Amino acid sequence: MGIARRAKRYVGVVAHHDADGLVMPMSIEWDDGRKFNIDEVKDIRRAASLKTGGDGIRYTIRIGSNITYLFFEDPRWFVEEKVVDMPS
Amino acid sequence: MRKRVIIHADMNCFYASVEQHLNPSLRGIPMAVAGDPKKRNGIILAKSREAKAMGVKTGEAIWQAKSKCPSITIVPPNYKAYMRYSRLARMIYYDYTDMVEPFGLDESWLDVTGSVDLFGGVPMLIAEEISERVKAELGLTISVGMSWNKVFAKFGSDEDPGDGIAVITPENFRSTVWPYPVGGLIYIGNATRRKLNSMGIFTIGGLANAPIEMLNRRFGKMGGIIRAFANGMDSSPVKEMDPSKADSDRTIKSIGNGLTAPHDIEDRDSAKALVYLLSESVAQRLRESRLRARQVSISVRDAQNLLYYTRQVPLGVASNITTEIASAAFALLEQNEPLNSTHPLRGLGVRAGKLISMDVPVQEDLFGDAEKRQKMENLDFAIDGLRNRFGNSCVKRMGELTDETMASLDIKRDNVVHPVGFFYE
Repeated sequence: MGIARRAKRYVGVVAHHDADGLVMPMSIEWDDGRKFNIDEVKDIRRAASLKTGGDGIRYTIRIGSNITYLFFEDPRWFVEEKVVDMPS
Repeated sequence: MRKRVIIHADMNCFYASVEQHLNPSLRGIPMAVAGDPKKRNGIILAKSREAKAMGVKTGEAIWQAKSKCPSITIVPPNYKAYMRYSRLARMIYYDYTDMVEPFGLDESWLDVTGSVDLFGGVPMLIAEEISERVKAELGLTISVGMSWNKVFAKFGSDEDPGDGIAVITPENFRSTVWPYPVGGLIYIGNATRRKLNSMGIFTIGGLANAPIEMLNRRFGKMGGIIRAFANGMDSSPVKEMDPSKADSDRTIKSIGNGLTAPHDIEDRDSAKALVYLLSESVAQRLRESRLRARQVSISVRDAQNLLYYTRQVPLGVASNITTEIASAAFALLEQNEPLNSTHPLRGLGVRAGKLISMDVPVQEDLFGDAEKRQKMENLDFAIDGLRNRFGNSCVKRMGELTDETMASLDIKRDNVVHPVGFFYE
């Protein structure tokens, strides 16, 4: 068992837009209602997601001790969801 | 004057790469972007590297590709996405220079002469950075050619279809460019290449050293020009473009529409219907851009061997009146085609060229009826207004209704942008 692949998963995001136009995501909302607060944004750059396809402004974020990517595809946000293959 | 540094950036297998980027399951397999076989434009528009290795060629029919490569995956084109990535790539280029000249959706020339000093005087660093950024930010690869002129810059990127960077300098072009077949040079198409081959010129080096009188005799003034190109003597500037207008790009050189007919054209009436349909769209687009054309050209593809040719005719008075454009185009077609079942046609195109703004006064024909022409123009504008409100098919010509399969076409709406030529004045 392990991560079989990554899937492009659109998510809800609460973001702060400041007066200069800088957009900072604050938290991510998963479709089952769970909410993850973003503890730190470590990097912002335009980048392609080589794992799932698509591209946009890539935020390297820390949630607790996990570091992951959040993409702003204008106007939607997506993450590279881990798809785990289940033992059959 | 310091030596120019021109970069030509060519996005590899552009349509196919975009599809693969957006859908990772298409990566690493033979796939191709192709039109819709039901509308009879089911030809391969772009193919992945894997499909290329199987011998699939751009422009062939889907069944041909499938016979060479049975496992090929075919996806429909998504022009919106291609436009978007084309624009995003250009936005990267604009970080290095304001002189970016697009050539189609996937290619651009960049004149980075002025930016070289920002990179320690090493042009290679610019080329590398652009290549890496396109890869990292857009997930697409580009092949880059760098030279002191546009012709060799393009040659460099064409001959190196990876994500590499080819540098062609005044010192090395004799050994790097000259041994290649002459057809690899821009502006040498199949017809010119055949003529050159028949003269015993097979390589670019051969063309570069051919006697200029001989070339002039055969090709007219173009002979000297292509010979100069082969010698790297091309001073044509990279045309500047306003980044804020990156979508509409620079001034329009010509407006044209073409279509593969829903059925082969074997009679005068359907040929006329199609010419009028196409001209209608062309003239309407001219009026929208507030332009008039001084030249009309047609392109004709015949159904037997699928070859196509173009013919052009000047207009006595610059015009954007549908009937004038259409009758000029149809007259041109009648001169060149029998328009019967002995020579069926597969597709037609109408193009208006030598455009001038509507704000430029028109030199009227002394014996023409200027008043009537003004009325016709006003009529066309009135119809445009109706079409804007109720759709392009709300007002139609009688001639277009004779053929049911064509009556349902909306050429203007389905219009696609094509690259402009290298050589327009």
